[in-house]
Amino acid sequence: MIPLSEFREGERGVIKRLNGRGTFRKRLQEMGFIRGSEVFVEKYAPLRDPIELVIKGYHVSLRVEEAAQIMMEKLEQEQE
Amino acid sequence: MKKEAISIALTGNPNSGKTTIFNNLTGTRQHVGNWPGVTVEKKMGTVIHNGHRLQVVDLPGTYSLTAYSIEEIVARRFLVDSKPDVVVDIVDASNLERNLYLATQLIELGVKLILALNMADVAQARGHEIDADRLGILLGVPVVFTIGTKNQGMKELLDKVLEVVEDRDTVSRHIHISYGYELEKEIKKIQDVIWRDPSVGEHFSTRWLAVKLLENDTAVQERVRSLGEIGEQILAQAEASRERLAEFYKDDAEMVLTDQRYGFIGGALKEVLKISAKSKLDVSRQVDLFLTNRILGFPVFIFFIWAMFQLTFTVGAYPMEWIDAGVTWLGAVVTALLPAGLLQDLLVNGIIAGVGSVIIFLPNILILFFCIAVFEDTGYLARAAFIMDRVMHIIGLHGKSFIPLLMGFGCNAPAIMATRTLESERDRLLSILINPLISCSARLPVYILLAGTFFGASAGNVIFSIYALGIALAIAMGKLFSVTLFRGDMAPFVMELPPYRAPTLKSLLIHMWDRSQIFLRKMSGVILVGSILIWVLSSFPRSPDLHRGQAVERGATSATQERVLTVAESEQPVSPSTPEDYLKNSDLNNEMARLESSLLGRLGHLIQPIFAPLGFDWRTSVAVLTGFVAKEIVVSTLGVLYAAGADVNEESDALRRSLRASGMTPLGAYTLMAFVLIYIPCLATVAVIRRETNSWKWTGFSIGYSLVLAWMVSFLIYQGGRIVGLG
Repeated sequence: MIPLSEFREGERGVIKRLNGRGTFRKRLQEMGFIRGSEVFVEKYAPLRDPIELVIKGYHVSLRVEEAAQIMMEKLEQEQE
Repeated sequence: MKKEAISIALTGNPNSGKTTIFNNLTGTRQHVGNWPGVTVEKKMGTVIHNGHRLQVVDLPGTYSLTAYSIEEIVARRFLVDSKPDVVVDIVDASNLERNLYLATQLIELGVKLILALNMADVAQARGHEIDADRLGILLGVPVVFTIGTKNQGMKELLDKVLEVVEDRDTVSRHIHISYGYELEKEIKKIQDVIWRDPSVGEHFSTRWLAVKLLENDTAVQERVRSLGEIGEQILAQAEASRERLAEFYKDDAEMVLTDQRYGFIGGALKEVLKISAKSKLDVSRQVDLFLTNRILGFPVFIFFIWAMFQLTFTVGAYPMEWIDAGVTWLGAVVTALLPAGLLQDLLVNGIIAGVGSVIIFLPNILILFFCIAVFEDTGYLARAAFIMDRVMHIIGLHGKSFIPLLMGFGCNAPAIMATRTLESERDRLLSILINPLISCSARLPVYILLAGTFFGASAGNVIFSIYALGIALAIAMGKLFSVTLFRGDMAPFVMELPPYRAPTLKSLLIHMWDRSQIFLRKMSGVILVGSILIWVLSSFPRSPDLHRGQAVERGATSATQERVLTVAESEQPVSPSTPEDYLKNSDLNNEMARLESSLLGRLGHLIQPIFAPLGFDWRTSVAVLTGFVAKEIVVSTLGVLYAAGADVNEESDALRRSLRASGMTPLGAYTLMAFVLIYIPCLATVAVIRRETNSWKWTGFSIGYSLVLAWMVSFLIYQGGRIVGLG
């Protein structure tokens, strides 16, 4: 398992575990960050923080420090 | 015979097009207010459909109904306490999975629900095929398709509302989202305790109550606790259940519940949603690759902001001139119509001039809000926040706070109103508190006058340093407040980046007008009172022989007059050379004497000791007092008090000469500039702060801290400067 914050642009993975405190975890979960969800790293902001992700078909941004709380399993990259 | 109105609540995720639908339904028959006790906008409107009067409430956009944010608390409280007849959940059809999460919570709450699958066209274009009938049966909720931006499906939606209210609808049934054996067992245990007192179940769905208690929902816990003995029993059972579940799942119950809800949604979507062939080119994504590009992102952003300011202040300057001319004309008309006296003076110099000085910002405000509405409705605002977050995070703020802060350079009043785009109350308050430190354009005349007088060629650098001082203080105070007043509850930056959309002109205009009318309606009251107050202070007591210029022309000889004239002359380097000049000057001296003997002047003398350590004399003290109405007034007050004429501007040579001759030093001038930068935001801004924080406490705090800060910074500058030998 590696934290989402270590993913590079264009990489995708599956959520394995959410760390962090109560409300933060809960909010992430409600926004669709649940175990087994697939996450695609769309891009990093110009100053390398925050990150733009695609999850459950929509775009969302997280700060790098927050993404570090999401433990992932990397998926092989599909060729498009 | 009047039938009772049917109440409808609109709920939905942010960016689901909820507001567009609300606007379509209610058109101009809507009004905006605040929810009691909070700064969240409350929008209500009425629709007449098939002879029924429908009262529509637009609840704040939320992703969920936990008591996580103030918006969610407001929305939930309304649903639970006001019990609307029907709840319409606006769902983004192209983003069903996450949008349905809120629907599951509404189902659980046991409200009469209708799902509006909005943006049906977008979903279709993306190759999403939705079996609405099947979805309705699975959720036990009637489903209609709508396209808010094209005003389609509104009639069908309203028809459905009436069907549901009159129980004619065949789809509606109450379903339970099954949470699996272990959770259901605990829910049942809690329900059993609740049923011991039948009265509890009359107000809430017992299942909802049980689930919320398992989720450790503090708002619900408090309510249950208030039930007394039975409440304690319920809470004890809930606590025991939570512990058991935590042991079983090795995770908090609320996490498991959320997982299960998404599981339920996923199961339903497998049956009803078909996604045919990967959609072709995603335009929104292509646009975004350009707008938030690593290299181009910032230049593009800066360009947009620059364009906004250009539009606001260049284009806005024309209508401002017209309003200015209109106000002057009105003043002249009233002067001509009414006999000279107290009433005329009050109307012209008090009310018309005072309110006029604020109303003149209306064009700026309209244009600024139009631009913000464009940013917001197209989806660019979220990108601007995305780009700027790294920078704003340093002060403990959200990326979205950048725009309101930037707008402060124009005028703090609309800038503070723009903090409404921020979701968290904490960010909003913090942005409001530090906003007045961003030097607005009204303060510029003061800087130009003082820097131009005392710093000559380096005036530009001096003014720049004042702006920089403001920014530095904003950063410092932001940091200070975020680690003291607002410690701990920093919201996570989970921000949706909605696809770019072309906004409709109608919604842009409504958006703009909503905010501008608040400014107009609420401000006019406060400004009116404030203007009258300052007028009273500067007009009373009225001594007959000191009344305006006429007395002088008649050759005034009163002792006071004599004394003042001598004093003024001795202080004044511009000695009158011609009889006309002399007359004009006596006129002015007279005005000066009148001001000094007025309540305002006395107040100036009274507070002068407080300002003495900053090197201010009584005249500067008075100028600072009047600057509370609007900071540019500092210039005209200095003009009157330094006997250069009330109609001076910052370029006036006469005023510059008298200022230099008055004993003010460059250090003193710089101290005054710093003080004007920091001290109390002007009256209009204070009124907006009161309005936006909805609290006298925060308004008072804003005034108080800025005064203290202004005094301390000025003191350091003045006394520090003297120590190093600058004074």
